[in-house]
Amino acid sequence: MIDFQTHPDLYRHWRLRFEGRVAFLDMDVDPGAALNGDYELKRNSYDLGVDIELADAVARLRFEHPEVGAVVIGSLKERVFCAGANIGMLAGAPHPLKVNFCKFTNETRNAIEDATANSGQRYLAAINGTAAGGGYELALATDHIMLIDDGSASVSLPEVPLLGVLPGTGGLTRLVDKRFVRRDRADVFCTIEEGVKGKRALDWRLVDELISRSGFAQDVASRAAEVAAGSDRPDDVPGVSLTPLQRTITGDRLDYSAVHVTIDRSRQVAEIVVRGPAEEVPADPGAAVDEGSDWWGLRAARELDDAILHLRVNELEIGAWTIRTEGSIEAVLVHDRFLHENLDHWFVREVALLWRRVLKRLDMTSRSLMALIEPGSCFAGVLAELALVADRGYMFEGVRPGSDQMAELALTVSSDGLMQMSNGLSRVATRFWGDDEGRIAAEATIGSRLDAAGAMAAGLVTDVFDDIDWDDELRIIIEERVSFSPDGLTGMEANLRFPGPETLETKIFGRLTAWQNWVFQRPNASGETGALRRYGTGLRPEFDKRRV
Amino acid sequence: MTSEKVDYDALIPNNVGLADDPKLQRALEEWHPGYIDWWMSMGPDGFQMADVYLRTAISVENEGWAKFDFVKMPDYRWGILLAPAVEGRTIPCGAHVGEPVWQEVPGEYRAMLRRLIVIQGDTEPASVEQQRFLGATAPSLYDMRNLFQVNVEEGRHLWAMVYLLQKYFGRDGREEAHELLRRQSGSEERPRMLGAFNEETPDWLSFFMFTYFTDRDGKMQLEALAQSGFDPLSRTCRFMLAEEAHHMFVGYTGVRRVVQATVEAMVAAGVDDPFDLEAVRALGVIDLPTIQRKTNLHFSLTLDLFGSEESTNAANFFNAGIKGRYHENRLEDDHQLTGEVYPVSKLVDGVLVTVEVPALNALNARLRDDFIDDCRGGVARWNRVIAEAGIDFEIRLPHPAFNRKIGEFSGIEVSPDSELLTQADWDIRRDEWLPTPADRTHIESLMRPEFRPGEFAGWIAPPSKGIKGQPEDFLYVKLP
Repeated sequence: MIDFQTHPDLYRHWRLRFEGRVAFLDMDVDPGAALNGDYELKRNSYDLGVDIELADAVARLRFEHPEVGAVVIGSLKERVFCAGANIGMLAGAPHPLKVNFCKFTNETRNAIEDATANSGQRYLAAINGTAAGGGYELALATDHIMLIDDGSASVSLPEVPLLGVLPGTGGLTRLVDKRFVRRDRADVFCTIEEGVKGKRALDWRLVDELISRSGFAQDVASRAAEVAAGSDRPDDVPGVSLTPLQRTITGDRLDYSAVHVTIDRSRQVAEIVVRGPAEEVPADPGAAVDEGSDWWGLRAARELDDAILHLRVNELEIGAWTIRTEGSIEAVLVHDRFLHENLDHWFVREVALLWRRVLKRLDMTSRSLMALIEPGSCFAGVLAELALVADRGYMFEGVRPGSDQMAELALTVSSDGLMQMSNGLSRVATRFWGDDEGRIAAEATIGSRLDAAGAMAAGLVTDVFDDIDWDDELRIIIEERVSFSPDGLTGMEANLRFPGPETLETKIFGRLTAWQNWVFQRPNASGETGALRRYGTGLRPEFDKRRV
Repeated sequence: MTSEKVDYDALIPNNVGLADDPKLQRALEEWHPGYIDWWMSMGPDGFQMADVYLRTAISVENEGWAKFDFVKMPDYRWGILLAPAVEGRTIPCGAHVGEPVWQEVPGEYRAMLRRLIVIQGDTEPASVEQQRFLGATAPSLYDMRNLFQVNVEEGRHLWAMVYLLQKYFGRDGREEAHELLRRQSGSEERPRMLGAFNEETPDWLSFFMFTYFTDRDGKMQLEALAQSGFDPLSRTCRFMLAEEAHHMFVGYTGVRRVVQATVEAMVAAGVDDPFDLEAVRALGVIDLPTIQRKTNLHFSLTLDLFGSEESTNAANFFNAGIKGRYHENRLEDDHQLTGEVYPVSKLVDGVLVTVEVPALNALNARLRDDFIDDCRGGVARWNRVIAEAGIDFEIRLPHPAFNRKIGEFSGIEVSPDSELLTQADWDIRRDEWLPTPADRTHIESLMRPEFRPGEFAGWIAPPSKGIKGQPEDFLYVKLP
């Protein structure tokens, strides 16, 4: 089992140190601590294990260090920044692991950019030596790239010439869409195995600043301190410690405090239940900080995030996820309002941004998602977004025998832009792309509680079934779903989930990684004589020369 | 909707626990008024108030499946009856062979199963619509009663398919059940799904031919569906087959009695040339060449119902285990057919030849071949009647390539003996083999009602015995 939970005390590959409002996140990969497999993580090359620590550090810097306004990603290895993803790992990894690894890595890099853009925590890269492939892509995720000007340090994306694959964790996209490198120069750059150094790197906008060898550490620190000074984060308040998740994993169950997952292996279904808050809403943001990791708003988001990652990587054959909620709709609405009313508080803002990233992670999950809105559920506010994430939403109409409880769906301003998707739109706007009338009608329901008929009329659910039909219809819908080709479904869902405009993120997930995953499957990369397999053997790869 | 408590079991004979199944009750309550409307507007025209001596199935036991009594057709107790479950039954064919049969629709095959059931269901009301005007020209009360028996049972077969749709296919199933009542045989806007069910049944010989050939296709389809791994479908079809046998009896004896009346009249008048149409027709009977042409027509239209000889759909149905072969459970092979071949006749370079194709793709051809074998017995017995009268004529089944609109032979014309023809030759000779306007005019001229008990129109012989042992002059239908 691959576990996404870790802690700085357990890091094998990263070192964190703090100087005032600047955090230094230094890469120092332990070559002998590969996650699984018999490859050596030489020259700060990384595997999923290295990235899990990076993601943990990025999260903790946001929550545990409100004072940090700038983060410098650097290296403790002499003349090596980072050599990118480990080739031995890539060559030996089964396809699903490669795909999951790239997806998670991309999500972590997006989280870095999210911190820069929305958290007042800007990332800088201090490249002290070779930054190759994924190493340079990591730097590309930061806001300011500093390159040591020592005549040998270079940045490069050598995937195509060297490995027959792509710089698939954002490299190609960020060159042209973020750094605005001219496309012909980008083309040249991506085919030069040894990369580009010094002045040309600066001229071509591959880096932002050249720093001489002698003053490197000092200049980097002062540049970072300048950046940190511009942050809106408070420098005099305690952070919120991300305490270990309460989690029990047994054969077919995954139990947290607010998230419970039951895996039905024979049906290939994971049933996810998110529980709404049982406790009172914090009196004010300070009280929320005091509750810290125990506050429902943070706890439920972290738990759901971990459950998604666990299921994605460790339960490949569980092809359909049903998403239910349980609890008081009023309580969720109160917490949701608290979130909106205190967005100017650093911690509350972090919690809202975390929810946004968790929901995006669901958007990016290659499983069929079915939201089931039943009596006793609490699809309200941020949890209502779970219904809109899903490929299909089904709502219970009427009451169950012996009960007078009805299912309700309650959109709030959470659905009005706060929880925007990777395409930059709200899920409501995405759902009604090209249908302004439908969008306006759906948005008009924000703030009210809809029964099944109302939700159906507003186009917010796929279908409604009453007590008589509910179990049977859902059984058949899900049985049918899991009988389809997993690849066909993954492709179909990924295409239908993201109508509307392209952004850096949608291009990375929809174009770059889709191509990468295709290249990974091709013999020219992963065949016996392909470039990935031949790398390091001294033998030239043999290519099937037909262009397709 | 009904507000008071309804005694469902009394109203609707069933062995599916209707009284304890609120979902099914609700679905039926919504569907039933539409069904009655359909029956009143599209069912037997002009005889809805007549008391008809009908067989009603009220249970599946020996003493229950055939209760005879007088009933007005709109009051007929259409029921939902399944053959008893077979203990330990397993999926008889395909990828799941040997696994326990499904009692619920497997989601994986939902769409396929629903399609199969809808197609089967669509044929049931279609034939009622096709036959709705025949009562007015019934050649006897006995025949009229048989017509109505066939009609109410087709109605019950519609119920059987509607039951499956409503019970197992949720909302989609309920919608399809309504659609079954909305399509109409021969309609320009919303025709029935299969071609043969949009053809007219304009006269009684057509009715007998239809019940002999086309209902026999129904029998073959039901036989194949009775081999389904979806047990409720299998059980439904097994019970329907018991009733379907009567329909083919009506068709077989009907044609035989027509043949008998013809040869008896010819012998009595000393006409021994069956092709002397003028002489034979003057006797007020249907000449044998016309009966041959009607046979050619109905046989070839019915072959089209089997679909393309080579079919991916049929292979998928079989491999999924939701539709088997005729008598699948009696066949001795691996029931998967993955490496097997089956001979299919095809047109190759302008010649009809037999080609071996993967057996899995040839299931329609195979069922069609089983059908042709099944047709032969009755035709042989018709010929015996002709031979015993000393007349030199033989009714023959045409070659399967004759007059086909669907499948391998849809683009060519051949004679009943499989001689390949140019379009021009076909246009010239067509009237030798298919009913002509003159044939129809003659048949129509004979379609005069005979409603007196014990009397029969001259073109058809009386049956050898009455229904349920009733005397020849029994009043099978009490007209209002």
